[in-house]
Amino acid sequence: MRTADVLRFARDAATGYPLRTSLSVLAMAIGVAAVVVLTALGDGARRYVVEQFSALGSNLVIVLPGRSATGGFSPANAVTTTPRDLTVDDAFALTRLPSVRRVAPLTAGTSEINANGRLRETIVAGTSSTYLEIRSFKMAQGMFLPEADWNRGAPVAVIGSKIKEEIFGAAPAVGELIRLGDRRLRIIGVLKSVGQGLGMNTDEVVFVPVNIAQSMFNSNTLFRVLIEARSRDQIEGVKLEVAAVLKARHGNEEDITVITQDAVLATFDKLLRALTAAVAGIAAISLAVAGILVMNVMLVAVTQRTAEIGLLMALGARGATIRDAFMAEAAMLSIVGALTGYGLGLFGAFVLRQMYPVFPAYPPNWAVIAALGTALTTGLLFGIMPARRAARLDPVQALMKH
Amino acid sequence: MDLIRLTGIERVFHLGDSTVHALNRLDVSIEAGEYVAIMGPSGSGKSTLLNLLGLLDRPDAGSYHLEGRDVTTLSPDEQAAVRSRRIGFVFQSFHLVPRLTAAENVALPMMLAGIPAAERAQRVAQALKDFGLDQRADHRPDQLSGGQRQRVAIARATIMQPAVLLADEPTGNLDRATGDDVIHLLEALNQRGMTLIIVTHDQKIGSRANRQLMMEDGELRHDSAAVHLRSMDANPPGPLSGKGGDEVSPAAPAPDTPAAGGA
Repeated sequence: MRTADVLRFARDAATGYPLRTSLSVLAMAIGVAAVVVLTALGDGARRYVVEQFSALGSNLVIVLPGRSATGGFSPANAVTTTPRDLTVDDAFALTRLPSVRRVAPLTAGTSEINANGRLRETIVAGTSSTYLEIRSFKMAQGMFLPEADWNRGAPVAVIGSKIKEEIFGAAPAVGELIRLGDRRLRIIGVLKSVGQGLGMNTDEVVFVPVNIAQSMFNSNTLFRVLIEARSRDQIEGVKLEVAAVLKARHGNEEDITVITQDAVLATFDKLLRALTAAVAGIAAISLAVAGILVMNVMLVAVTQRTAEIGLLMALGARGATIRDAFMAEAAMLSIVGALTGYGLGLFGAFVLRQMYPVFPAYPPNWAVIAALGTALTTGLLFGIMPARRAARLDPVQALMKH
Repeated sequence: MDLIRLTGIERVFHLGDSTVHALNRLDVSIEAGEYVAIMGPSGSGKSTLLNLLGLLDRPDAGSYHLEGRDVTTLSPDEQAAVRSRRIGFVFQSFHLVPRLTAAENVALPMMLAGIPAAERAQRVAQALKDFGLDQRADHRPDQLSGGQRQRVAIARATIMQPAVLLADEPTGNLDRATGDDVIHLLEALNQRGMTLIIVTHDQKIGSRANRQLMMEDGELRHDSAAVHLRSMDANPPGPLSGKGGDEVSPAAPAPDTPAAGGA
């Protein structure tokens, strides 16, 4: 029997029993779709986190006040329960390190902005002129905070695009006076919209010079110090130098934590990749189940078509021909099921992206290849047994089953 | 040379503890172009004999020569090739594949034999025309009458131009009129040289054949050809075409009472 004829015969046999065929195709499709959608979710989570961190800026080293939890325990720690403040002067000291390109202090709190007859709560971030470059923000109108002594900033403010829209609407904001808490500040710039960035929506932030924010919140400590290394290779060096400088300034005590963007990224990346693989593994179980279902369907097909198999033998079909025909049918069920499932999965991921636009739910290639591969392998593997059973039927017995 | 020569054929079935001799030391020769009816009560072994002749079953002892070649020792694949090229089957219940059209059913043996689609289409068209089915080519079996179905089955059985056509109760599922049509069709094929072997328990159909083989308890009780020869030796040859054998058959088993049979 020619290959084309085997395929055509198998196709006709499969379409001859539409309900049974569509059910097994559906089972296979659900299995593949589950893998595609779940890995799209897992990988989407990974991409989301990676993008969020990348949005912070490049070659970034971040200093946080307080010890890292992995520092171990010593009697000295137990005494100094409150960490020493991370001050503006500490941050300024870091600018003198040779491998550091820029430093931006950051302090944050919430306050009320009152302007143009409107009032709303807002996040206030106190920082310096360098923040703009470190975070790679763009201005929509006006300019960012001016270069100035970090302890003597002018009473000016830069607002995010959403604040501008809500308070001033279409009217120009630059040059307007606002009341922020108990301060009167002049707006000198509006930021371009950038969207979400690590839980803090920059579009809803008012930036003021760091000393103004500190006096508003009556605090000397900084929330973060953002440092940009001169190159990617120098990130580790900067990390060590920063830690050394601050340790020296803080009476030889390590009361700050230095993290690098790369390290955090790598950790999240690894974690979420593992999660995606685990989810894919769980979804793959449904593929094995679908494979068993294909076997079941093919066993039923052999029983149902016993008389036909007997007839084919009487008409001169060899055992191998009958085996091939049934294998081809099982393979077709699997292939059609896998492709349908792939389509369904892509559609599911598309729906996810429509519902959560910030979430890049695309299935990773490896998962798609693995899902399709597993579907075909299980379908064929589980097709072997029924096909062999068909080929070994006794023609006389088979012909009597009518 | 004989088309079919069976020598010492035995076929034993084991049903639980008991053994049933479905065929017992059977010796039959059939020449090319003959028209043979195998008759007998149910359980007499006639279907087993037909299955052996069609290479669907293997004898436990004895040999089967088809066209001078011992086919009992062939491998299953070689036997399949012989079935494909040299043997045509017609069944009582037609055995058409329900999801295939009449044309596809007729083409099935050629498809299994690996004949190219173009040649298949041409031969199927010719066959459907010969059997008066050209208007029914695209009908599925459930859209055909019983007579049409059996004609499709006969077209399928003869499409590979086999040496022998085996028909198992070909009229069993048909009414008298359509059954007669089918018999006439088979006889026409026989007249064109095809060896025809019909299994039937219908006396009327059996008597139309040129030669009757009466089976009982797995043994050949009566062979009208042998009677013919014997009668030519002893008595003057009667004008027996088929009727004569038919009359003789009920009496024949009487003399040599049960030889083997059941336990």
